[in-house]
Amino acid sequence: MFKKTILSALLAAGLSTGAYASGAESHIEDFSFSFEGPFGSYDEHQLQRGLQVYTAVCSACHGLQYVAFRNLGDEGGPALDEDQVKAYAAQFSLYDEESNSYLYDSEKDEFRQFIVSDNFPIHNAADPVAPDLSLMAKARAGFHGPWGLGINQVVKGMGGPEYIASILTGYTGHEKEEAGTTFYENTAFPGGWIAMAPPLDDDFVEYRDGHDADVHHMSQDVAAFLMWTAEPKMTARKETGFLVFVFMVFLASLLYLTNKRLWAPHKYKD
Amino acid sequence: MSGIPHDHYEPKTGFEKWLHERLPIVSLAYDTLMIPTPKNLNWWWIWGIVLAFCLVLQIITGIILAMHYTPHVDLAFASVEHIMRDVNAGWAIRYTHMNGASLFFMAVYIHIFRGLYYGSYKAPREITWIIGMLIYLAMMATGFLGYVLPWGQMSFWGATVITGLFGAIPFIGEPIQAWLLGGPAVGNPTLNRFFSLHYLLPFVIVGLVAVHMWAFHTTGNNNPTGVEVRRGSKEEVKKDTLPFWPYFVIKDLFALVVVLAIFVAVIWTMPNYFGHPDNYLIANPLVTPAHIVPEWYYLPFYAILRAFTADVAIVQLVSWVTGGIVDAKFFGVLAMFGSIFVMALVPWLDTSRTRSGTYRPMFKWFFWFFVIDFMVLMWAGAMPAEPPYSIISLVGAAYWFAYFLVILPVLGLVEKAKTPPATIEEDFDAHYKPEAAE
Repeated sequence: MFKKTILSALLAAGLSTGAYASGAESHIEDFSFSFEGPFGSYDEHQLQRGLQVYTAVCSACHGLQYVAFRNLGDEGGPALDEDQVKAYAAQFSLYDEESNSYLYDSEKDEFRQFIVSDNFPIHNAADPVAPDLSLMAKARAGFHGPWGLGINQVVKGMGGPEYIASILTGYTGHEKEEAGTTFYENTAFPGGWIAMAPPLDDDFVEYRDGHDADVHHMSQDVAAFLMWTAEPKMTARKETGFLVFVFMVFLASLLYLTNKRLWAPHKYKD
Repeated sequence: MSGIPHDHYEPKTGFEKWLHERLPIVSLAYDTLMIPTPKNLNWWWIWGIVLAFCLVLQIITGIILAMHYTPHVDLAFASVEHIMRDVNAGWAIRYTHMNGASLFFMAVYIHIFRGLYYGSYKAPREITWIIGMLIYLAMMATGFLGYVLPWGQMSFWGATVITGLFGAIPFIGEPIQAWLLGGPAVGNPTLNRFFSLHYLLPFVIVGLVAVHMWAFHTTGNNNPTGVEVRRGSKEEVKKDTLPFWPYFVIKDLFALVVVLAIFVAVIWTMPNYFGHPDNYLIANPLVTPAHIVPEWYYLPFYAILRAFTADVAIVQLVSWVTGGIVDAKFFGVLAMFGSIFVMALVPWLDTSRTRSGTYRPMFKWFFWFFVIDFMVLMWAGAMPAEPPYSIISLVGAAYWFAYFLVILPVLGLVEKAKTPPATIEEDFDAHYKPEAAE
């Protein structure tokens, strides 16, 4: 009878939230990424492709201010070699001089080139129209159901990179004008209309590794890259986490046996 | 210091005697560690150790984080990212601290519910209970202050909403709020003082924990039967108890490591599960998040806070009686703090002479419904403040108060409790019968 009460209470809670669940209009596709799961890791080729997309497309408006150029050489990350990182930093264009005044060399009266120890530039600090992307993959949760309980995140993950890829692939082609701003219909964006024009077109970028560069692939690659920028230490976390977990289970087994033996003389005595 | 008779520390060597006459510190440690503990304690009694561990864990990781963190509105968010990216194992320390708070609160809730079920708050353990409630309040304050430090969107807006609660106090509210914030709104002075207090309060908790332990070492532990240890002689005591070391230390350590294995698995696979994505966006006073949601461990009380809106009859009544001094906002604040206050008063609200819920057939129902009520409130607190969630919150809040103010007082008078075993020994041996042995 008691169980029935719990059940009916849960049912009542579930029914009352049905409306809320069906009211969510944005659709986040559950893309599959190599870094998912307890043992998933970044695919360095995918990160390099994602970096190419970011450099060619996103970087025109979006900053990446918490990421240092030197990290592009990280093992488990894009793993560019030293010369590539140097060359990449040196050729990186600065669009917004005002927000990155630390690069200004007053003696030469010019903005110096980026070096590997610099971070990616900040964009529009004064009027951030396009948000910084360093942490975007952790600042969005694609999945939070059912009934707002967030249980599906245990299985699917938070859905940050899925959200990014879904936005990039979610344009329907419709647009509208409101108060002088053009909005583009997008199936993944909350509210359905986004101010960012569709940034990608098939073969907009020519991948160095010859990989297909359709919108779907580019979206997924740049989403993976942005997951790396948000969580560059993920590989270390998963390796260490697993080892510590195994150690804890082993230690627990020893303590279980110790405890059992310790208590045995006091239990089952006659 | 224990009220239960047991063997005390005897200094043996010359040095021990010399030290003992000057500072009986070994004696204190010995008596604390060798306290006679009811041998029938079940697995619900392991959370005290988990909590002690959490406190130490949070202090150690916190001190390391403070070495790399910068409490300034322009630098705080970036300094947290610096910890996550550039500090050696910084990601591990921060994720441990972040999730350590969740473990701390999960453990304290189970610990509190265990106390409520087994009547651990009843005489003579009222002081232990009250100190426990103070620890819980200090934990809530510490957790809130800490959540502001990363200076994300939820940090900022959470601080705005929570300090706003003090602003709801009639007449003196606004000056108090400005005094807490160090200005008219959440800003750099707020962040600075929150950092200072977030560093201070854990040490206040350490002090309270010492008193909490002192109190229950004086009365002795409660146990699942609620029957007191026989204290006629040391021989009687030995039939009911075993010394804390090694029996309960090893048992608790085993349980702690199992809990930590799960804790580690969370950090390993989903370290941001208990956080809010918006806190990875830097605080922006110009952009209000769609839903301002506190950390999960405040949600039941957040639900109670929001449940009492201006269209609730009792709010209108109180508002009318007080001539509008108590408005809906202040009523909500009173209800939220009141919900913890009534819990602190439970030693005097529960009229039942039977201590343990195990022997109270009607109480069990209301207790488990209270646990469900807590869960439902937690869920409702995360939902938008609109029907049906506001109504669910109101019903949940009503049950919360009814449980302490009506059900527990009345139940003790009308309920016919079963008879607990005469002694702890009897209960223990009933679980481990000689014939049950392999």
